[in-house]
Amino acid sequence: MKHTLSVLVENHAGVLSKVSGLFTRRGFNIDSLAVGETEDPSISRMTIVVHGDDAVVEQVEKQLNKIIPVIKVKAYKEGEYLSRQLSLIKVAAPPSKRAELMKIAELMNARILDVSPTSMTFEFTDTLERTEVMEDLLRPFGIREIVRTGTIAIEKGAAVTRSKKASQD
Amino acid sequence: MITGAQAMVECLKCEGVTTVFGYPGATIAPFYDALFASSIRHVLVRQEQNAGHAASGYARISGKPGVCIATSGPGATNLITGIATAYMDSIPLICITGQVRSDQLGRDVFQEADITGATESFIKHSYLVKDTKDLPRVFKEAFHIASTGRPGPVLIDIPIDVQLGEIPDFSYPEKVDIVGYKPSVAGNARQIQRAADLIQTAKRPVFCAGGGVFAAEGYRMVRKLCEQCHMPVVSTMMGIGVLPSDHPLYLGMIGTHGVKAANRALREADLLILAGARVGDRAMATPDQIAERAHIIHIDVDPAEIGKNMPAEIPIVGDVENVLGRLMEVLSFETDEGWVKQCASLKARDCSFPSREGYVNPKAFLRKLSAAMDPDCILVADVGQNQIWCANYFTIRQGRFLTSGGMGTMGYSIPAAIGAKLARPDLQVCAVCGDGSFQMSLNELATINQSGAHVKMVVMRNGRLGMVRELQDKLYGGRHSATKLDGSPDFMLLAKAYGIPSLSIREDGQVEEAIGTMLSTDGPFLLQCIVHPDEPSL
Repeated sequence: MKHTLSVLVENHAGVLSKVSGLFTRRGFNIDSLAVGETEDPSISRMTIVVHGDDAVVEQVEKQLNKIIPVIKVKAYKEGEYLSRQLSLIKVAAPPSKRAELMKIAELMNARILDVSPTSMTFEFTDTLERTEVMEDLLRPFGIREIVRTGTIAIEKGAAVTRSKKASQD
Repeated sequence: MITGAQAMVECLKCEGVTTVFGYPGATIAPFYDALFASSIRHVLVRQEQNAGHAASGYARISGKPGVCIATSGPGATNLITGIATAYMDSIPLICITGQVRSDQLGRDVFQEADITGATESFIKHSYLVKDTKDLPRVFKEAFHIASTGRPGPVLIDIPIDVQLGEIPDFSYPEKVDIVGYKPSVAGNARQIQRAADLIQTAKRPVFCAGGGVFAAEGYRMVRKLCEQCHMPVVSTMMGIGVLPSDHPLYLGMIGTHGVKAANRALREADLLILAGARVGDRAMATPDQIAERAHIIHIDVDPAEIGKNMPAEIPIVGDVENVLGRLMEVLSFETDEGWVKQCASLKARDCSFPSREGYVNPKAFLRKLSAAMDPDCILVADVGQNQIWCANYFTIRQGRFLTSGGMGTMGYSIPAAIGAKLARPDLQVCAVCGDGSFQMSLNELATINQSGAHVKMVVMRNGRLGMVRELQDKLYGGRHSATKLDGSPDFMLLAKAYGIPSLSIREDGQVEEAIGTMLSTDGPFLLQCIVHPDEPSL
C-alpha cells in the first residue's frame, strides 16, 4: 500500500541525508522522494512516497519527527490530495511514426519538447497512475530513456500543510 | 573579544559543566589551550571511546549531560562506540570533536573524517559548526537537545579555524527555539484517565520499568505508585534499581537472561504497564504474544517507541514522572492480594550456590559483595556473563546499577565507573567485569591513578569469553572457536605496575575477607576471582 507524506524540514545542508539515511537503516521502503523550497526559503518540503502497512507508515512518521530539523510530517489520506510527477520520455520516432506519436501526445495532454530525425521527447505531467499509462502507450514505439521526478503532492481545497514557524509570519 | 575556543569553554561553564573527559589532538588544540586556563576539570582518558563511556557514567549519576572531547579523524572515530552505546541507552552526552580547517573539508587532509556523517544513524543530533559566532547558539541547543525529551548524545564538530576565529561580544543565549524540536512531557489527560479505568479492571497487573524511569526521577514515582497499588514490578536490565532488589513487590529482571519470577509474572499478567521501556528483544522476545494475553499501557517520552515493537492499547506519550504522578491522582486501586502473593512466591529467596574447589562462585560472590557494600553504592556491570550475574545476583538497595544495556559494549564498566565516581566521589563505586571485558579497557587504570577516581574493580576470570562460549555450546556443537583467552597477563602484576593494590582469590571461603580488604583499602583496588569456565550465566 502506497502512502504519501509531506515533510517540512529546515533548509540546511545535511537534512536530506538524515532523512534518506533513516529510511535505509530502519528498512522502510521508499518509492520516491522529491525536495524543493517552500514559500518560506528557510524551509524545504520533501514529498515522500513509501509503501508498507499502516503500522509501518506510523513508524515512518514518528521516526521522521524525531529528526531535529524535521518541522512537520503529514501523511495524506487517500482522496484528499492531488499529486503529480513530471516525466521526460525519449522515444524512437522515425518520420513514419511521428503522426501516431503526436496523436498520443494530444490524447494524453503531453508536450513534445524535442524532435530529431529518429526520436521524439515528451514532457508529461500527471499522477503516477497516468504516467504508467503514458509509458504503456509509448512502449511499443521503443522507449529510449525515461527521466522521472518523484511525486509531489498538495492537499485538496483550502487546507495547507505549513509549519508553525511559517504561519506565525 | 574572545576566540571561538574560549567561547566553547565559556559555553560549558554557562551550562554548569565542571568535569569533562577527553583526549587532545592537533585540531582540538585551541580548545585545550583555552581549557588549560579554566576552572573546568579535564580527565585525560587513555582512548577516546572511554571518554564517551566515562562521560556516560558521569551523566547517569549526575543527572546532567556528560561531556567528552576528541580530536578529528581517529580521535573522532574512536569515540563512535561511546556515542552509539550512549544512544542505545538514551544517555545525554555532549561530544565535542575537533575538525580540519573548514576550507579543507572534503579534501581528505591529515586526520580528516566525516564524523557527523559517520555517526548519523546513532546520534540524537549533530552539528558541524561553520561560523564562530554560531558557537553559543549551537552549544545552548546541544545541551537542550541532549537533556530533554528522550535524552541522547549530541555531537558538535568544530573545525580548527572556527575555534581560532573571534566573537566580538560573547553572550550565552537564555532560550532555545528549535522549531522542529518540542518534546511532549505531559501525558494526555484523556489517555491517563483511560489508563486508570483500565487498571481498575485488572486482575493480574504487572508494572515493567525500563531505563527511562531514571531520566527525570521517574523511578521514585514508580515506587510510589506500585506501593500505593500493591502492584508487582519487573524491570528490564536498564530498569534495574527502580525498586530495591529485595523489595517485596520487585520480582527481578525479565527476558532471556532474566529470572523466572519476573518472566512468569509477565506471562500470566492480564495488564502490563510499560514505562520507559523500549521492548528490546533481549527483554521481550515475543512481544506480540504478551500483547495477545494482556492489555498494554505504554508510557514513553519518545512516541516512536510506542507501537514500535509491541502494539499498545493505551499509548501515553510523556515523561514517566509526570504521567505516573497524574495517574496516581486519578487512580485508586488495590491489586488482588492472591496475585501479589502468587508473584512473590515465585521469587527465589534462598538460592543455593554450589561450591567448586579451586573456584569462586560468582553468584555467591555478588550476593556477598552487595551485602558488604554501602546501601547507596553504584555497581557498574560490564558485558558478558558478568553482566547477567550482576543483574540477577547483586542486590541493589538505594544505589544504582549501570551497564551497557542496549549496545552491550564490552569494556564499558571501568571508564563508566570512573565517570560515576567523579560525579559522586562520596559514593562507593565498583566495576565488575570479566577477563575479556577487563582487557578491553585496562588502559584506563592509568586514568584511575591520574584522576584519583578511586573505583573498586572485580575481574571474574574464567579464561574464556564466557557468553559466546555458552552460545557455542548451545548452538554450535560445542566448537569453541576463538573464545579461549590464552595469553592474558597476570592481572596482579599488572595492577602492581599501575601501583594499584590487588588480590586474587580462588575459593568461596576467601570471598568475605577479600571483599572486606577491597572495601577497606583506601583508593582503587583490583580483586580477581578465579571462576570455573563452565559456570553458567543463569
